[in-house]
Amino acid sequence: MTWDKIWPLLWQGTQDTLLMTIPSTLLAYVLGIPLGVLLVITRKDHILPHPTFNMTLGFVVNLLRSIPFIILLVMLFPVTRAVMGSAIGTVPIIFPLTVSAFPYVARMVEGSLLEVDGGVIEAAQSMGSSTFQIIRKVLLPEAMPSLVNGFAICITTILAYTAMAGAAGGDGLGKYAIAYGLNRREYTMMYAASICLVILVVLFQFLGTKVSKMIDHRRR
Amino acid sequence: MRSVEGVTKENPSPFLIELQDVRKVYPVQGGEVVALNDINLKIRRGEIYGIIGLSGAGKSTLIRCINRLDSPTEGRILIDGQNVLEMNKRQLRSMRRKVSMIFQQFNLLMQQTVEKNIRYPMEIAGVPRAKISARVKELLKIVGLEDKAKVYPIQLSGGQRQRVAIARALASDPEVLLCDEATSALDPMTTQSILKLLQEINRELGITIVVITHEMAVIRQICTHVAILDGGVIAEEGSVDEVFTHTKSAAGRRLFGIVAPESEEVRLESGTPPVRLVFDGEQIPEPVVANLILKLGLPVSILSANVRSLNGKQYGQMIIELPEDPVIRKTAMDFLRQQGVAVEEVHP
Repeated sequence: MTWDKIWPLLWQGTQDTLLMTIPSTLLAYVLGIPLGVLLVITRKDHILPHPTFNMTLGFVVNLLRSIPFIILLVMLFPVTRAVMGSAIGTVPIIFPLTVSAFPYVARMVEGSLLEVDGGVIEAAQSMGSSTFQIIRKVLLPEAMPSLVNGFAICITTILAYTAMAGAAGGDGLGKYAIAYGLNRREYTMMYAASICLVILVVLFQFLGTKVSKMIDHRRR
Repeated sequence: MRSVEGVTKENPSPFLIELQDVRKVYPVQGGEVVALNDINLKIRRGEIYGIIGLSGAGKSTLIRCINRLDSPTEGRILIDGQNVLEMNKRQLRSMRRKVSMIFQQFNLLMQQTVEKNIRYPMEIAGVPRAKISARVKELLKIVGLEDKAKVYPIQLSGGQRQRVAIARALASDPEVLLCDEATSALDPMTTQSILKLLQEINRELGITIVVITHEMAVIRQICTHVAILDGGVIAEEGSVDEVFTHTKSAAGRRLFGIVAPESEEVRLESGTPPVRLVFDGEQIPEPVVANLILKLGLPVSILSANVRSLNGKQYGQMIIELPEDPVIRKTAMDFLRQQGVAVEEVHP
């Protein structure tokens, strides 16, 4: 394979990878934030204590999280086909990616929200805040730098999932690395696609750290 | 019908806060721990009420029960005649807007500016935006931080952070301000300025203040009434002057440093109790102890002394030992009383 063939594939692969990664991450957050919030506030020493609910939710999240992505991907084929119209390709793969990532996101969000100082929450309660006001105006804003850091970790993890999805109906850089590089022994293509993935991971992580620091007002 | 000061027809009691038979029990493995027991307190409108105790005495639990951040196991807590233990969530929220609180660690929103912190209680109460902005300016002026509106808490000193917390607590126009060890994280100079501010707020805005502290100086400086909490029960209660000059409880004696716990046995052996002199703010022109020694020719030993000037008056105490002869003791004590010093024997 020559570079004039490799470059267009890399470009196409990068686009497809982002097209899978970004919507999946956002959708995973749409589900993961409320779940993460619930995992925190229903703890027994938090603002809406409900130990039974908390335990059940925690169990379900752990269960989902413990299924390896590549297996979940295959298990979900019929569901993905029903929901997305097809089980393979760039857009349909968003579904299993989201399903796989949201429990992970929920745990990341939980971790960030737990960092918020209990005293600040108590102060908000003492001022007559409702549960929803505490979530929206205290928990989430106070945890924002940590949430952004977590977002960078999640998006890079999902990026790695897309590469895995390349082995079973997925698209993007992962597919090119596997289909061309591994199966046809086009090692240049494999390394080139892998380097592109590394660059994307480094870029997201760098941006995440940068933004997290920028919005954190706990530094002088 | 005209109402007497602080007494309205709806609420005939002069007491703004009343705790009746409050008891708090924590379940632990194999039993329970009694955090508060048989607590009865009456706090008058407009006073600064101090609750003092060593750590573990239950004072934080007690103050948290007043605004229901914590719940007692038994008893009644009345604010303006309303039992806070019977309130639903909505009533609880509106009560908490009338009963503000400040904390030892300030508990500000660290990701928001000073201004946003002060806006918070008004935003959650649905106050119109224009009104909020005007009120923030007023509040910043009260606490003396007009130039810090756009600054983040991290850039402020501890004293300034507590001032922001006070402004935030005042934003909802409260009737009561609960202070949970509000000066314990501050140095002595800053403590003084915060105490002064609290006093001003009490005088000028007529806000009733409840102070939790382990520092006697805080009580003596700003409080009108005090309750001494010891092991979850109220050991002693009354006006600050009364409790300080005629300390009755062992816990009070310990807090005031009247009896050093380790020397109790020695005193019991010697048979004659030491004598406590209290300087309660009255002007005493003569050096009393020197005169006692010079004029009566008595051998007096000073066991401990702690006299300070607060608000321009002399406050403090001295523990001395007098000879055993009851006649001589009486003469000496009468002499001291003539000089305007409160005198009593200390029975451990």
